Amino acid sequence: MRRRKRTVCLWCRRPLSDNGKRGKSMSILDYTAVELSDQIRRGEIKVVDAVEAVFAQIDGREKELNCYVTLQKERALEQAKIVQAKIDAGELSGPLAGVPFAIKDNMCTKGTRTTCSSKILENFVPAYSATAVEKLEAAGAVVIGKTNMDEFAMGSTTETSYYGVTKNPHNAMHVPGGSSGGSAAAVAAGECFAALGSDTGGSIRQPASHCGVVGMKPTYGTVSRYGLIAYGSSLDQIGPLAKDVRDCAAILEVISGRDEKDSTSMSRENGQGTDFISALQEDIQGMRIGIPRDYFGAGLDTEVRDAVLAAAEVLRAKGAVVEEFDLSLVQYAIPTYYTIAAAEASSNLERFDGIKYGYRTAEADNLHAMYKKTRSEGFGAEVKRRIMLGSFVLSSGYYDAYYLKALRVKALIRRAFDAAFAKYDVILGPVAPTTAPKLGESLADPLKMYLGDIYTISANLAGLPGISVPCGTDAAGLPIGVQLLGDCFQEKKILRVAYTYEQAVKRG
Amino acid sequence: MAKEYETVIGLEVHVELATKTKIFCGCSTAFGGAPNTHTCPVCTGMPGSLPVLNRQVVEYAVAVGLATNCSITQHCKFDRKNYFYPDNPQNYQISQLYLPICRNGYVEIETPEDDGLKRKRIGIHEIHMEEDAGKLIHDDWEGSSLVDYNRSGVPLIEIVSEPDMRNADEVIAYLEKLRTTIQYLGASDCKLQEGSMRADVNISVREMGAAEFGTRTEMKNLNSFHAIMHAIEGERARQIDLIESGEKVVQETRRWDDQKGMSYAMRSKEDAQDYRYFPDPDLVPVYISDEWIARVRANQPELREAKMKRYRESFGIPDYDIRIITDSKHMADLFEETVALGAQPKKVSNWLMVETLRILKEREMDAQDIGFSPKHLAALIALVDQKAITTTVAKEVFEVMFAEDVDPVAYVEEKGLKTVNDESELRRTVEQVIADNPQSVADYRNGKEKAIGFLVGQTMKAMKGKADPTGVNKLLKELL
Repeated sequence: MRRRKRTVCLWCRRPLSDNGKRGKSMSILDYTAVELSDQIRRGEIKVVDAVEAVFAQIDGREKELNCYVTLQKERALEQAKIVQAKIDAGELSGPLAGVPFAIKDNMCTKGTRTTCSSKILENFVPAYSATAVEKLEAAGAVVIGKTNMDEFAMGSTTETSYYGVTKNPHNAMHVPGGSSGGSAAAVAAGECFAALGSDTGGSIRQPASHCGVVGMKPTYGTVSRYGLIAYGSSLDQIGPLAKDVRDCAAILEVISGRDEKDSTSMSRENGQGTDFISALQEDIQGMRIGIPRDYFGAGLDTEVRDAVLAAAEVLRAKGAVVEEFDLSLVQYAIPTYYTIAAAEASSNLERFDGIKYGYRTAEADNLHAMYKKTRSEGFGAEVKRRIMLGSFVLSSGYYDAYYLKALRVKALIRRAFDAAFAKYDVILGPVAPTTAPKLGESLADPLKMYLGDIYTISANLAGLPGISVPCGTDAAGLPIGVQLLGDCFQEKKILRVAYTYEQAVKRG
Repeated sequence: MAKEYETVIGLEVHVELATKTKIFCGCSTAFGGAPNTHTCPVCTGMPGSLPVLNRQVVEYAVAVGLATNCSITQHCKFDRKNYFYPDNPQNYQISQLYLPICRNGYVEIETPEDDGLKRKRIGIHEIHMEEDAGKLIHDDWEGSSLVDYNRSGVPLIEIVSEPDMRNADEVIAYLEKLRTTIQYLGASDCKLQEGSMRADVNISVREMGAAEFGTRTEMKNLNSFHAIMHAIEGERARQIDLIESGEKVVQETRRWDDQKGMSYAMRSKEDAQDYRYFPDPDLVPVYISDEWIARVRANQPELREAKMKRYRESFGIPDYDIRIITDSKHMADLFEETVALGAQPKKVSNWLMVETLRILKEREMDAQDIGFSPKHLAALIALVDQKAITTTVAKEVFEVMFAEDVDPVAYVEEKGLKTVNDESELRRTVEQVIADNPQSVADYRNGKEKAIGFLVGQTMKAMKGKADPTGVNKLLKELL
């Protein structure tokens, strides 16, 4: 049977005839992931062509930007053929089929080295893939490479990588943010159509904001952490970095769900399901949006503040009820986060010891010396700093004063959000105090870098979903993002608000 | 006058649980296997792998807790114990520190005293669940060490007693009590030699009547009851010597060398590691509902005390036999199943008490290694009852049955071991024996009654044991 040629995009319902993107100057790279997949399923574009287009872009820009630690063109081209055959046979029909993807290098990929941007895992090739990667590939995504990041996701600039810094595609003098800076920069530079990142304290949302793309951290437990090399296990979540809100929803829909291999992953039902694409409605009439005054105090750049507040006005104009409120406890979020994340990291990173895999020092006289030299040589400065910090807060005699107290503050922060979400559907605020800093500015002052996480880490401490959506640029042309936080399992609410905002801005 | 000292002993007993799969992954717990064949990314600590709790481990731990009168921690959690060693692939062991699954229990022990048995309660401080480590294999020739992770992630429970024991007899009685209880529950085979039950002994001494405990040491590497007894005696003497010579006992971990009968200091409290325990964020808290506890309680098998009571009431066999038979659940099951097949309890008991125990001792085997089936033991007893075979033959058949679990009926048939009831053949043989042994015949006739015993023996020998000795005796007397 001959299929009738569709006239509207299957996913965005936009009429295909007046797409505006369908003119002669239209490049494959201009499509979003969902649009590309639609074109592929309609036979307009071959998967191989999409992969080739991405690698052509990589050839042009990667040397300058350094988004990737590892590229796998051959494997991607082979995979493209397999996926194409499945699409042609009607076996693959989802919104990600045939889309070239990048994966942050802290997610295991079977047969492809996974380094966490660390020397200590320089030659580590996993025998298994992370569940999120498996799900993406099963949906027909083509993994083209592994993106650069801060070593073991510890950092906010992608400068702590052993494999060189990644640069911001909007201005190569600036960082892309981090730790998922490689993923954010690759999406922004057209070096992939979409990417996976991980977010422990803002590591998806902040680089998304700095690179002008959409990044989303789902509720803790939404995406399986199996195969994600842990930094702070109780805070880590995998999520998408993409060109728009629709792509984010489509990716999250594919990678979420209960996984028997991750005890902390959850099955979601009863209206809180993972059918995220269904949330893409331009309707926020009567939705209550709260703006925490605490997020607009000292340290927030005025250009960022103005752009974020302007975004709030757009939402008000679309019918939302927008008001300010006091969230409280915000000032405790940073010490709480760095105590808990470092404690967990100090234990999580113990397995990198030179015994079983990864880097081992060339020479050592005994076991203890081997451990010491391997780890001294294998880890970078920021990782060592956090391991020491974490070991300290867990030491006997200090456990109660630091770690236990941090857990109690975490519970209080969670309660402050409970109170906020009793009043509001969504909380709106900035993602980061400033736009992307210049290269080298942050590493000199780690404490200042830690303070830059102020607006993002609360979501991790409370397990909340959050999304960063572009809302303008500063005078230098660097992107600014607005952050929307929802209550646990309320991804659909923030997706709806984000989508409404995005559509409103697109129409001007 | 020499001072009198009291020994104060507490035990930490590790028991390997009898689950088919490991505590946090689906790998087999089977013993043996080529190195690193029962492994996966989880139990080898590969990056990104995550533990998922085996519910059966919780079930066994609860069962042991209930059988030892513990309260169950209904919201319990796992913690990480951080230390670097190559047998520990993650360099942390998943264990329980803050909220162990069972607390505040006790068991009752009996130790022999001048006038019978002394009963005593030994408190159980806690029972917690944890994972076993891998095994290091040192290659002295190559000067290298290899790691086998087959045991990594095998589930253990650690049973921590209160310092309630005062001598080696009580320690052994306590261990025996734990062992039979856990074996009855089917939670472990508890073999000390194979390491599925391991005991670390904490010992201190104090002057008789003193209120405070002395400084304790912890003794490791105790692989048998024998080693435990000797280590306790040795350590008591060592500590008393130190105190009497004005020195101090140092709190330390010591390793027992059973061959030399001595212990060596391993590490003192000063170089004790800081394990930096904290709740494992990869595992969700375990909630053990009232229903779950009730279900485990309902499925609890009859434990030894109850079984002993029932045996006394229904089988009419001596208390001594009951003790031995119920010491091993396997033997008790064998006994009951054989009786259920129609064999007389006393006869079954005799086979277990005499022949079975003899062979077990000769071959240094445990009662749980008994391999013959109740069906075959019942058949053997029936053969003797029917006088189809003699007791002598039955013992021979039993040896084979013990080793290979052969069907005695088929075996007797095949080997032609049936008692000869053919009167004429027996008469012929007896006549031949009388003819061949004139001296004995003369002795008997001259009033030496005992001489007939020799003649019976000769007849039995000629009949290859297949004659009924009573019948032979009767026939001999008749013919003489």
